[in-house]
Amino acid sequence: MMDNSSWMTIYPEIVLLVMACVIALADLFVKSPKRTATYALTLLSLGGVAWLHAMSADAGQTLYGFGRLVVSDPMGHWLKCFATISVMVTLVYSRPYAADRDMLRGGELFSLSMFALLGMSFMISGQNFIVIYLGLELLTLSSYALVALRRDHTQATEAAMKYFVLGAMASGFLLYGMSMMYGATGSLELSSVFKAVASGQVNHQVLVFGLVFIVAGLAFKIGAVPFHMWIPDVYQGAPTAATLMIGGAPKLAAFAIMIRLLVEGLLPLAFDWQQMLSFLAIGSLLVGNLAAIAQTNLKRMLAYSTIAQMGFVLLGFVAGVINGQTTLAANAYSSAMFYMVSYVLTTLASFGVIMLLARQGFESEEITDLAGLNQRSPLYAGVMAICLFSMAGIPPMVGFYAKLSVLQSLIVSGQSFYIGLAIFAVIMSLIGAFYYLRVVKVMYFDEPVTATTVSADTDVRVVLSVNGLLVLVLGIMPGALMALCADAIARMLVI
Amino acid sequence: MGLLSLAIWTPIAFGVILLAFGRDSQARAVRWLALVGSIVSFLITLPLYSGFQLGTSAMQFVEKASWIERFNVHYHLGVDGISLWLVLLTAFINVIVVIAGWEVITRKVNQYMAAFLILSGLMIGVFSALDGILFYVFFEATLIPMYLIIGIWGGPNKIYAAFKFFLYTLMGSLLTLIALIYLYTASNGSFDILTWHKLQLSGTVQTLLFFAFFAAFAVKVPMWPFHTWLPDVHVEAPTGGSAVLAAIMLKLGAYGFLRFSMPIAPDAAREWGMFIIVLSLVAVVYVGLVAMVQQDMKKLVAYSSVAHMGFVTLGFFIFNPLGVSGGIVQMIAHGFVSAAMFLSIGVLYDRVHSREIASYGGVVNTMPKFAAFALFFSMANCGLPGTAGFVGEWMVILGAVKFNFWIGALAASALIFGAAYTLWMFKRVYLGPVANDDVKDLTDINGREFLVMALLAAAVLYMGVYPKPFTDVMDTSVADLLKHVAMSKLP
Repeated sequence: MMDNSSWMTIYPEIVLLVMACVIALADLFVKSPKRTATYALTLLSLGGVAWLHAMSADAGQTLYGFGRLVVSDPMGHWLKCFATISVMVTLVYSRPYAADRDMLRGGELFSLSMFALLGMSFMISGQNFIVIYLGLELLTLSSYALVALRRDHTQATEAAMKYFVLGAMASGFLLYGMSMMYGATGSLELSSVFKAVASGQVNHQVLVFGLVFIVAGLAFKIGAVPFHMWIPDVYQGAPTAATLMIGGAPKLAAFAIMIRLLVEGLLPLAFDWQQMLSFLAIGSLLVGNLAAIAQTNLKRMLAYSTIAQMGFVLLGFVAGVINGQTTLAANAYSSAMFYMVSYVLTTLASFGVIMLLARQGFESEEITDLAGLNQRSPLYAGVMAICLFSMAGIPPMVGFYAKLSVLQSLIVSGQSFYIGLAIFAVIMSLIGAFYYLRVVKVMYFDEPVTATTVSADTDVRVVLSVNGLLVLVLGIMPGALMALCADAIARMLVI
Repeated sequence: MGLLSLAIWTPIAFGVILLAFGRDSQARAVRWLALVGSIVSFLITLPLYSGFQLGTSAMQFVEKASWIERFNVHYHLGVDGISLWLVLLTAFINVIVVIAGWEVITRKVNQYMAAFLILSGLMIGVFSALDGILFYVFFEATLIPMYLIIGIWGGPNKIYAAFKFFLYTLMGSLLTLIALIYLYTASNGSFDILTWHKLQLSGTVQTLLFFAFFAAFAVKVPMWPFHTWLPDVHVEAPTGGSAVLAAIMLKLGAYGFLRFSMPIAPDAAREWGMFIIVLSLVAVVYVGLVAMVQQDMKKLVAYSSVAHMGFVTLGFFIFNPLGVSGGIVQMIAHGFVSAAMFLSIGVLYDRVHSREIASYGGVVNTMPKFAAFALFFSMANCGLPGTAGFVGEWMVILGAVKFNFWIGALAASALIFGAAYTLWMFKRVYLGPVANDDVKDLTDINGREFLVMALLAAAVLYMGVYPKPFTDVMDTSVADLLKHVAMSKLP
């Protein structure tokens, strides 16, 4: 079962684990308040890990390790590579913000982020219910601690409590669903579950019962309506650095476990879960977009916008299997993957700007805090505007192509229900455009309240500019990323 | 890189350079760079005309490269007789608005100039795109610079106007996106517009597609009753924004009818032709009457734009060569005339800061040179023979009479309204004794303004006296389009 080649499947994770421990220890000897040494070492290690993932992904092989506990496939490696880069970018944006708020003391920000990333990695590459669950728990436990990192701040502590209680409940749901599946199929391993379900020998009622809990747990994690209640409160209450840490990279991992559980494990039940996801998507698009209009707090607005965006991602899952045929599956799931990757990219830059504008003792959370940003700093206003137009799905930003691929996956199915869903999604994104535009309006048309210019460290400035530019450049040249997603999903489905 | 690519990307490149390096402290350099950029971009489009082959309706200056392989999307450009003049018009108007905004804009000059340059490149992209997604990307991307132009440099109620503009037009085009994706599916994975032209489609599908396209293009033109955004937006937009909006952006919609609705869904187009004709006639007659009672000069010209664009859509949907060519000629003529009308209002607004007709009177006494230009453009706006405004309207009316006498007669009677509201406004603003101190203190146009007016006047006059270069180019393409539309595509 355990041979030498098994280790090959997880060697980037081993490097990550070792470095996380090293950094936790090394930080004890770092005295500077900005933790420059820890920061540099963390970025260096993560850069190495991302490179290792990219190399493995590029090799294009699919290998199983430890008796099919984990898999090393291009989809997993690409997602882990993107997640690692997202965590790096998050740390770059977070460091000045965290330093101002006494969150760097002890260096937990860095080691916790790395452990969270380790959790994500195992969520992404798990091939076994228990491995996936453990990865999820490692991620969420680290995230609870990250949200609570501002000990003396009541709002942050409240957000952490909410996140913990609801997150634990969601994990419970997921675990319960997994146990039902285990009971019904007699296996924890995804491919055996797949075979058992596909054989048709298993009691369908028990399977659907378990499936309901699994879908509910997943919906909790990505924040789909009606399991979305925690998202606005946690996004708003958590320190922005932690908001980005839970709203950015983990979405990639959430996408991966949806693929692993629903597609690799339970594709024979697609008819059932596609229906469930359709209704989750409709609810998310409706509630997310309508509620976002009423928000005055930028972080809360972005939280509702996340709910709406997740609705779109779910739409990418619903049209994969038509009348029992899986010919369109690769097309549909790769559109969802492309959507998720471009969403994370956009989210990083938008929260990066919010953190940049927050100063010592002042959170830049209200939409009105952005007033006249174009006059204070055309560069950051431009980055934010690109992100907002991208989220609204206006070309030539990457968000447009994400919406295009998802809509295409719905329409190509030829089913009138899915075409109706596409029209509904389009109307909802028109409503969505309103609140994104409102932020652009505040930045460009309103007069600034304060005349202070926005200054940033070189690292933040460079990364934020590149990040914003990438949203635009990937919009002009989206072909490569789309092809990458399509290839990764196609290889995943072959196995 | 082909000519069309250069025509698209040169202004955009200049715009990006201005955004990246322009500062308000170097406003002078910014303005000159913008001017150079716009002139270079205009010069690039000239070989398109000189190298254009007459007598063929095939696409010319074609460029085709794979863009998004996964969806079989191509970077596919080309112009035919329908789009050629629109490309040149766009580049020409861009030069005009850059000069017109010279001293008027003092805040964020680099962003203002960049927005217009980028907008011009994007609109040329719309006119030359032969791939559905490429078209849509350019079509939608134009919203962003226009939204910012209205919102940053607009009037007191600019925010309402900017939102109305953006959301209203976005609403229409999102349904078009669904139609584009449907066509992609129906054609087994192609976004090529010319392939779609040959695609057989059932009657129901054609009708649905026709109305999905109608949603985007009717709002953009704008056709009655979807025109309500236009007056609000024109009133608040800065002068240059109004000029580009009226001169070029409205044509994006009319062009869409020719490139998408009519050739892709010809059976539906013929079936619903009467519906469009009725809407156009309402625009021509009723909106003409509405224009007459306006107190605000910009609103008046905005309503007059709706009425003039009614002639365009009327011409398209009577399905005869005179009508369609007349519609296209009217598009170009209206591009020159409406830009000139809005820039004239801008000249007055810069001095008095009022758009109300009642704030003026007797301007001719203090600004004789300017009043002469204004008279000329007013005449062009009511379609006086010898000006650009006459040619298109006359062709459309002639075509309409051939199609149905009463439709032609109704359209012709609208010319009277056009003359009424334009000349009445001219009388109230320019003629008579000096009305108040503001008018008394007016100074006549300076060299820069004279240049703008003279360039436009030359274009209007040339097109009015010798329209042959315009009609020659489009004849074959229009004839082929009509031949195509006459054939049923039902399977």
